[in-house]
Amino acid sequence: MGFAHTVGGTRYVFDDLRTLLARATPARSGDLLAGVAAASSAERVAAQRALADLPLGHFLDESVIPYEADEVTRLIVDSHDPRAFAPVRHLTVGGFRDWLLADADGAVLSALAPGLTPEMVAAVSKICRVQDLVAIAAKCRVVTRFRNTLGLPGTLSIRLQPNDPVDDPKGVAAQILDGLLLGAGDAVIGVNPATDSPDNICRLLTMLDALRERFAIPTQSCVLAHVTTTLLAIERGAPVDIVFQSIGGTEGVNRSFGVSLDLLREAREAALGLRRGTLGDNVMYFETGQGSALSAEAHHGCDQQTLEARAYAVARAFAPLLVNSVVGFIGPEYLFDGKQILRAGLEDHFCGKLLGLPMGVDVCYTNHAEADQDDMDALLTLLGVAGVTYVMGVPGADDVMLAYQSTSFHDGLYARAVLGKRPAPEFAAWLDAMGIARRTPEQLPAVMAPVLA
Amino acid sequence: MSGGADEPGSGRAEVGPPLLWRDLRRFTTARVGLGRVGHAQPTSAHLDFQEAHARARDAVWSALDSTALASSLEAFGVATRQVASEAADRRTYLLRPDLGRRLAAADREVLAADSRPGCLALVVADGLCASGVQTQAAELVAHLLPALGASGWDLAPVVLASQARVALGDDVGEVLGAVAVAVMIGERPGLSAIDSVGIYLTWAPHRGRTDAERNCISNIRPAGLRPADAARKLLWLLAAARRLGATGVALKDDESVALEGTASPTIDAMQR
Repeated sequence: MGFAHTVGGTRYVFDDLRTLLARATPARSGDLLAGVAAASSAERVAAQRALADLPLGHFLDESVIPYEADEVTRLIVDSHDPRAFAPVRHLTVGGFRDWLLADADGAVLSALAPGLTPEMVAAVSKICRVQDLVAIAAKCRVVTRFRNTLGLPGTLSIRLQPNDPVDDPKGVAAQILDGLLLGAGDAVIGVNPATDSPDNICRLLTMLDALRERFAIPTQSCVLAHVTTTLLAIERGAPVDIVFQSIGGTEGVNRSFGVSLDLLREAREAALGLRRGTLGDNVMYFETGQGSALSAEAHHGCDQQTLEARAYAVARAFAPLLVNSVVGFIGPEYLFDGKQILRAGLEDHFCGKLLGLPMGVDVCYTNHAEADQDDMDALLTLLGVAGVTYVMGVPGADDVMLAYQSTSFHDGLYARAVLGKRPAPEFAAWLDAMGIARRTPEQLPAVMAPVLA
Repeated sequence: MSGGADEPGSGRAEVGPPLLWRDLRRFTTARVGLGRVGHAQPTSAHLDFQEAHARARDAVWSALDSTALASSLEAFGVATRQVASEAADRRTYLLRPDLGRRLAAADREVLAADSRPGCLALVVADGLCASGVQTQAAELVAHLLPALGASGWDLAPVVLASQARVALGDDVGEVLGAVAVAVMIGERPGLSAIDSVGIYLTWAPHRGRTDAERNCISNIRPAGLRPADAARKLLWLLAAARRLGATGVALKDDESVALEGTASPTIDAMQR
């Protein structure tokens, strides 16, 4: 079945749903690279108008990647909840946008989430302006728990990201202390390892856990190793709080990451079995990013934003503590400049939240992207207004291991200050007790110094 | 409110536990202990960052001066050829990695005249940082030449490639009939290193080789892996590749880091 719309006397025809979604997507380099982008502004708006007229129910009849060919499609179709979908089943994509802006509140959206497919959510995002992406996401309520409570209204959490080029324990510890002194670490203290060997991962896990225990910090730690390495670490008895994995929106991209839905299920069961969460059992942490499927040559002719939303369908099957898009990290061939990164970051947050995920964003860029600190400030501020669950914190915005720029600990303080947000309540109480809630002392708190002795 | 410092370290002692916030700087090259003005970074730390980013941006957009590089290489008695990829300019190069991996058709024809089956091809490519390669390529080649001759390698004219990605070496190697190609290429500048060069070695190069079939030596720069040591590593890899008849994951040991196409792709994997 095809779709068509006429703009300025020209009739634009779109052969199938994935083509319609791709042509309707606001311009970005990755879709041009994939050859799926609209050829003109007129074709794009024609696709957006045709998409706006499409009944939401159509998304239950046509998949962008065939059911037989892809386990992510099967997950989406098989887990769809028709009862939750009922309140919007009569709407078109355009009517859904109006309904989201006018009628929906947080409780309604939480109940709706299991009834939405990622393609429906991606579709409505394509006809939203930036302010719509912000306003609708701000209504969503998603709360998760492990050793603290993330996502409560009025809070903004920070992942403390103390990466070291050679996984030097003192280099990692110094960055953790710096982050704690600047109020970061309530989302997770999470290290990207330079070396993904079981010995190294176990060493880092043990070190992070000892540090957390020593200060009695109400948070969780994570070493962002491959899920198979983390499973080995669990077998060896290492203190694994939450399990990390990069995921994507097709079976093929997940294969390129070395994972499948079965493997993720196995990892979640293993982490649940450790019973380390004190307040809740959200034990998974996923990272995603527009462009990963094209990079893995597993995009099936779909646009990168639709596939990104499908990655969130993978994530929600595992009740994660945290999900984030690494929006500016994948490179300028996918998101070229500050404008593209900004919109994509807000789309990712919007889609993740509508699907019921505790969505964070790595507000970031690489040095070969046309972006700078001003672009990051704009995206961070907009995401804060949109109610982003968490952002990253790296010392001085400079990740010395991954060689890219993310948000700094100071940026986290800024966003909380101008938006009137607080850390997760348990963590805020800990900062108070440590005497570092409102200011950073020149003298290190006595309990901290021995860590680096 | 500010706990920052203008000088690295506390000066108190280089041993023993840190006492001040800024003492954290003794333990990492990360930007810790920057101080704080309200919620923000003090002006000096803010401008340090802006300066580092400005230099990295300029390095990304720097252009390879192939003519100057050719004359410094020819001073060693090495013949050179200048080629380009199918990416017409820097913007295209950044947007279309596929074009940067392909040798321009005209250059393919010109290079065919130099075909010498069994030769070793050496490509010097701008990659994501021409300025780094510009300053270090000659020294790398100077360290390689004597040992290459002694090991019996037949070195083809050195190919200087602009707007080039690593895989452009596959086209070059294929046209030259090379048994192996070594690509010296500028690595993506970070805030702390804007002059890093990587060397990628590929056995039996032809279009379509994957990253898993290459070996890489990275972070070559005065403050990282020194050119003399990098040259020694490359010679070791060449000898091992000749013995094995292959590069890539099959050739993996302490001397090098093989590129693995599995598990979690790194940011570097996505830039090649």
